Amino acid sequence: MSEHALGARGALAPSEPLQARLPRIDLSRYRRFVSPLVLVLLWQAASMAGLIAPRTLAAPSTILASAWELVVSGELPRHLLVSLGRVASGLVVGVTTGAALALVAGLSRLGEEVVDAPMQMLRTLPFLALVPLFILWFGIGETPKIALVALGSAFPVYLTLFAGIRGVDPKLMEAGKVFGLDRRGLVRHVVLPAALPSGLVGLRYALGSAWLSLVIAEQINATSGIGFLINDARDFLRTDVIVVGLLVYALLGLSADALVRAFERRALAWRPSLVKG
Amino acid sequence: MSDNRPLNRVVSVRGLTRRFGSNTVLNALDLELEPGSFTALLGRSGSGKSTLLRTLAGLDPAPADAEIRVPASVAVAFQEPRLLPWKQVWQNVTIGLPGNGARERAERALAEVGLTRHAEAWPATLSGGEAQRTALARALVREPRLLLLDEPFAALDALTRIRMHALVLDLWRVHTPTTLIVTHDVDEAVLLADRVLVLDAGRIAADIPVEMPRPRSHGDARFVALRHRLLSELGVEAEVIREAA
Repeated sequence: MSEHALGARGALAPSEPLQARLPRIDLSRYRRFVSPLVLVLLWQAASMAGLIAPRTLAAPSTILASAWELVVSGELPRHLLVSLGRVASGLVVGVTTGAALALVAGLSRLGEEVVDAPMQMLRTLPFLALVPLFILWFGIGETPKIALVALGSAFPVYLTLFAGIRGVDPKLMEAGKVFGLDRRGLVRHVVLPAALPSGLVGLRYALGSAWLSLVIAEQINATSGIGFLINDARDFLRTDVIVVGLLVYALLGLSADALVRAFERRALAWRPSLVKG
Repeated sequence: MSDNRPLNRVVSVRGLTRRFGSNTVLNALDLELEPGSFTALLGRSGSGKSTLLRTLAGLDPAPADAEIRVPASVAVAFQEPRLLPWKQVWQNVTIGLPGNGARERAERALAEVGLTRHAEAWPATLSGGEAQRTALARALVREPRLLLLDEPFAALDALTRIRMHALVLDLWRVHTPTTLIVTHDVDEAVLLADRVLVLDAGRIAADIPVEMPRPRSHGDARFVALRHRLLSELGVEAEVIREAA
C-alpha cells in the first residue's frame, strides 16, 4: 500500500519545489486511512444496532477484546509459535531446495536439461491439490504441513532465480572474463549478484506461498497453530476468534514481506532507484 | 617482411580470416603493432574492426589457421563502461586482481583518471564520462602491454570526449602500453594516433603514419589534408558528392 504512495510521490517530485510538495504528502498519507476507518466504524455501528448478528461476524470491539484476552492468556502466543515454527522449517527446506536447483539448472546446460524439465512440469500442478497424497505419505503429524510449505515456497525461488541467472548481461560476463575472472569468480562476482534482485522477488513470492500453504495445512487435523485456533473457534461459533486468527495471518504475511524488503534495501543498495531515492 | 625480427612486434597477426555464415568479415588479414605505439583502426560499420579487436582481446576464438601473437597482459575498454553495478567504483577497478594491496592500486589508478572522490561510489551514480574513466582506470591498473579501446568515447558528449582524448594521451605517455583504438571517427583517429589503419573488405586497405607533433589542432593544414585522405579511403567523399548533386 505504502509503495503506491511512494511511487506517486516520486513521479511528482521533479516538477515541484520541495516546500510545495511536503504538506501535500502528509495530507494524502492521512487521507489513506480515512476510508478504512469509516468502514470499521460503520461495521461497529451495524453490530451495535443488531444489523450484523455475532454468529455472522463479531463486532470490531468484541474482536479487539478477544484478541487481548487471547494474548494475555498466552493461548495466541503459543499457537503463533507453532505456526511460525512450521513456516520457518518449511521455508528453510523449500528455499534451500529451490535455490540449489536453480543454481544447478542455471549454471550448467546439463543441469538445465536434468532439472528444468521436471521442475517446469511440476510447477503446473496446483501444489495444494497434493494434500491428500501428502496425508497418505506423511500421515497427519507435522511432516505433511512442513512439506506443503516447503513445496509451496520452492517453486517461486527456483523459477525467479533460474531466470535471474540466465538473464545476466552477457556484456558484463565478457568484461569479467577479459579482466581475469575464472569461472568461479564469474559466478561469485557477476552471476550471483546479478541474479539476486529477481531471487529476492522470488523469496517474497515464496513467503506469500508459504503462508497460503500453512493456512491449508493447518486446516487438516491440527491440534495447535493459528489454523487450529480458527477451526476450533468455528465449532463454537466464535467469529471474533476466527477474525483474530485471520488478522494474525495477515500481520504475519505483512511482516515477512517487510523483512525481505528491508533486506533488499541493504543488499541491493547499488540499484539506481535506491541510490537516488 | 618482418618475419626475421618478430621481437620488435608486440602484436603480430598473419592470415586472420573470420566468416559469419557466407559473410567474410576478415579476409587473410595481417597486422603488426610496434611496442608503445598508438594505432587507430578506422572502418565503416560492419567492416570487421570490432571483430579484429575482439580476436586480439581473446573474446572471439582465434581460427586455427591464423597466426596470432599478443602479449599476456591485455586490457580492454569497451564502448559501454561495463562496470558491475553491485560493486563500488574501486572494486570495479580491481576486479579479477589478486587481493594484496588491491585497494591502494585502485586508489592510485583512480587518482590518475581524476576520480579519487568517487572510489566508494556506486556505478549507477556516475556520469557517462566518469563511468568511462573508471573503465580506463580498470584497464590501466593491470599495467597492460596491450591496451585495446573499442570506440570508448562514441557514447560520450562532445565536450567530455575532448577531455577524454587528453586523458588517454596522458595515460598512454605515462604507461606506454601499445594502444589500438577502434573508431569510426576520423578526427579522433588523427588526433590521437601515430598510425592510422583503414579496414576495408576484411583487409587493411590503408596504413598511414601520422607525423604531427602533439597536441594536434583541427585547423592544422596537415590535419585537414590527412582527414580528407582518410575520408576518401572510407568512401565518404563519393557519397557526399552524390548527395549534393
